Formats: sequence, C-alpha cells, structure tokens
Amino acid sequence: MTAVTPEQALPLRQPADSVEGLTIVPHRRPWRLVAGLAALVLAAQFLHGLAVNPGWDWPTFRAFVFSDSILRAVGVTLQLTAYGTVLGFALGAVIAALRLSGSPILRTIAWTYVWAFRSIPLIVQLVFWFNLAYLYKRIGIGIPFGPTFASFGTMDLLGALGAAVLGLALHQAAYAAEIIRGGVLAVDAGQLEAAAALGIPKFRQAWRIVLPQAMRGILPNAANEVISLFKGTSIVYVMAIGELFYQVQVIYGRTGRVVPLLMVATVWYVLLTTALSLVQYYVERYFARGSERHAPPTPWQRLRATVTEIKEKRA
Amino acid sequence: MSGDGATAMVEVRGVHKRFGRLEVLRGIDLDVRPGTVTVVLGPSGSGKSTLLRAVNHLEKLDQGYVRVDGELIGYRRVGDKLRELPEREVLKQRTRLGFVFQNFNLFPHLTVLENLVEAPVGALGVPKEQARARALELLERVGLADKAAEYPRRLSGGQQQRVAIARALALEPKVLLFDEPTSALDPELVGEVLDVIKDLARTGTTMIVVTHEIGFAREVADTVVFMDGGVVVEQGPPAQVLDDPQHERTRAFLAKVL
Repeated sequence: MTAVTPEQALPLRQPADSVEGLTIVPHRRPWRLVAGLAALVLAAQFLHGLAVNPGWDWPTFRAFVFSDSILRAVGVTLQLTAYGTVLGFALGAVIAALRLSGSPILRTIAWTYVWAFRSIPLIVQLVFWFNLAYLYKRIGIGIPFGPTFASFGTMDLLGALGAAVLGLALHQAAYAAEIIRGGVLAVDAGQLEAAAALGIPKFRQAWRIVLPQAMRGILPNAANEVISLFKGTSIVYVMAIGELFYQVQVIYGRTGRVVPLLMVATVWYVLLTTALSLVQYYVERYFARGSERHAPPTPWQRLRATVTEIKEKRA
Repeated sequence: MSGDGATAMVEVRGVHKRFGRLEVLRGIDLDVRPGTVTVVLGPSGSGKSTLLRAVNHLEKLDQGYVRVDGELIGYRRVGDKLRELPEREVLKQRTRLGFVFQNFNLFPHLTVLENLVEAPVGALGVPKEQARARALELLERVGLADKAAEYPRRLSGGQQQRVAIARALALEPKVLLFDEPTSALDPELVGEVLDVIKDLARTGTTMIVVTHEIGFAREVADTVVFMDGGVVVEQGPPAQVLDDPQHERTRAFLAKVL
C-alpha cells in the first residue's frame, strides 16, 4: 500500500487566490414550481365556480348579509359568546384553584365538576336547563335546609337566553378549568420557591408571578375554546333563541334559498373568527415579553419589512 | 466562642429532616456569628442544600429548631411544643433572610428592575419610588445599572446571578443564604459572581454559602463547615479544616476536589 499524499487526495484543490472567482449556485427545485402551479389552477377553478355558478345566488346573499334581522342575530351570537367566555373562564379559574388546593375535599369536588360537565353533551345540558322549571318551579335564597327569605319563579329569573348562557358557561368552565390548571402546572416550580423565599404574599405570588407566566400556556388553548364556543353557540338554536344560525334557518325556511343564506352565516362566522384570531395574536405577544431574545414581528411589521425589501432590491 | 446561642445570628440546633425513609439531616448544630461568612462544603447528597433551605423554612423540620437573631423560624414555642406558624407569618420572616438559588429563579416576565422592586413593594409595602431608587443603587453595586430595563433571559448566567443577589439584598436581610450560586455557570462567569459575594463579605454581611469552590472558601470564609451523610463532620477556620483536616472523610473529600 502506498501512502496517499494530500495533493492526491484533493486533486481539484485550487490555489487560494482563485476563491473569489467561484460562484455559489443554490440547488434548483423545478417540481416545487410545478406543484405550486397545479394548486393555483385548482384554486382558480374553485373561485371561478363561486363567481359563475348561479346556485350560489349572490344577489340573495347581498340582500340579507347586512339585513337588520341578521345583524341582530350576529349581536345575539356575540353576546352568548361573551357571556359564555367571561362566566366560563371565571368559574373555570375558581375550579382550577380548587383542583390545585391542598384540601382533598375541594380537590375532589372540583374533579367531580369537571368529570360531570365534560361527560354530558352540551345539547343535552342546554335542553335540561331550558326545562329547569319542571324540576324547580321556584328558586329561593335562604339557609340550606332551613328557612327561605326570598324566592323567584325559575323561568322569570332565567328565561331562554339565561338558560342558554348558564348552559354554555357551565360547560365552558369545565374545559377552562383544565386549561388554566395545565398552564399553572407548566410554570417552573423554582418560580414559586423564589417568590416564597422573598416573602411575597400568597395572593400576590399567584397574581404577579404565576398567572402571567401560566398565560403563555393558557392562551392558545383558551383561544381555541373561545372560537369553538363562538361557533358552538349555533347549538342553542334548539332553544329557539334568535342567534345567527337560528335566524338563517328561519329565513331560508320562509324563502327556500338555503345555500345563499348558509353563505351569509358562513361569512359572518369566518369574519368574526378572523377578528378573534388577530386579538389572540396580539395578546399572546404581550404575554411572551421577556421570553424570547427578540419578540417576533407582528404581521403588519412583517408586511412593511417585505415591502421595504422589495423596494431595496429594485433600487 | 461557639455554642452560645445568644451571640449567634443564625443558630441551628439538633435539626433532623427526613424525606420518606431517607434521613437527610441527622442532628445538625451550627452557629453563625453576625458579620461572618460560613462556607458549607460536602459531597452531593450530604444534606448541605437541605440545611440551607431549612434555615428559611423552605423545608419543614422533623426535629430541632432554627433561630435567626433570636427568633424561631417557621415555628412558635407553646410549652414544650413547636407549632408551625401560618404561612403568612413564615413569609414575613423570610423577608429578613435573603436566598440565592443555584438556578437564579429570576422572574422572566419582569424586567431586572421589576424583579428587584417586587418583594420590597409586595411583601414589605415599601413605596414604589423608594424601592426603585434602592433597586438602582443595588444594581450599581453589582455592576448592572445599565441592565435595569432588560428582561433576565437576555442576560448571561453570571449577570442573572448578580441580579438575583441584588434582588435578595433589596429586602435588606439580616442573613444571606447562597445555595451553590456558581454551580449553574460557565467556568468563565464564576469569577464575576464570586467577586460580588466577596465584596458583600468585606462589608460585613452575615452569609451562609453552600458551594464547591474551595478557593473561595479559603479566601472568604470565617468558618468552613464540612458535612457528610447528614451530619457536620468538622468545622473551624479554613486554615484548620482545609489544610489540616482531622477526619478521614474530610481528607478524602478534599483529595477529590483539590
């Protein structure tokens, strides 16, 4: 066997001074372009169909999309979402706190709540609340197992909308509790230890140290829940409440124009979900402060950066 | 000199601590005089961190007691019983003890300045402006005044630990407890943290430092405590414990780390 000299091992080695003459060529990917074009053709075909197929009946869509009855129904949908979210997450926070508490009794009660409300389908629960008056005709305030000071007719107190809000909030609370608990558990134990070592009072530890850090884990899941609640409100049509989906059904029941009215509902759901997603993005960004070396750009900043880049390339 | 509780800033007496079946502390006695530095050495698992955590009641005791400046920590004596204090009271006691963690445990969502202001405002009710002014002074002292508005994760490990020391000092504690303050640092960052601790030692801060830095112990410690298997094997001035150890276990440990 003969020894291989470095010159033989690297027969293409060039003198160092020619390095500047070498050009670097990135690997080309022609199939990527072909696949992209094919996808564009399919998308164009779909959009063309939306525009020219008379079945979509755009004039009817236009007539109803901003009509008073639809706008009012969108309002009811938003109202149900807002109440469901606020009450659901408030109760959820309490249940999460119980599940994380040192008391086995409170922990068990909280666990049972979550178990029960995750087990019962929302629609069953809603119809049940709607029929609460059958079970308890009057609701009173007093001493448990003792005298009653004041009482009200159940349906006067609750009403259909109240029953719907109650059902949505109780259902939401079970999921919210687990999401909040998950976020809190994900906070490094060292954070609580440091707060305890500094003598920071208990409530302030939770509010100033743990929750802001837990929010990073809570927010993506919470946003999922809010959006799914927003669309999920369509389920209360079973209680004949005039929210978006119910109202759309009423109108197409009368006019027979099913597809354009479903499109009315779809467009509103998509628009408002988009708005919620935007809010989510900025809230998450706020709670991410201090967590990354540099905060990611907002979509607006990203757009501006791209425009500047293109301008610079042209210049 | 030792053994007289009346002159000790920190007095540890007959402390036992058990985790399940494992007895981590098996009767610890220790006195720390005011204005002195006590360095605790020992192999891992010897119970030195647990001892430090017992001093500010991050660990509950199974037997014995800890007194700081004459006050029982975490307990109240009723007859011949030591009753655990409600958490509110324990938290109040801890504001008189500064604790520096191995992993810094700075609050990542708060700026450096906010980290320093949080406990004085939240636990002691110091007015915000006053706490800020004091915090800036302390940052100056650890050489990080220009980082006040930064978030902790943007700092190097050494800088983070210096902030953590300043945060502990913000409560103006009677005693500072250090739990392996340089063990999580890259070797080239250890020096800057030790310099800050040395500076504190010169100004007469009472400190207990759990560490593996033998050189630091030799230079700064008034008393070196060597622990093994949950007991204090020997203690004394560094010249005695480090250069002329009396116990076989101390000699074996020093032979390994030196």
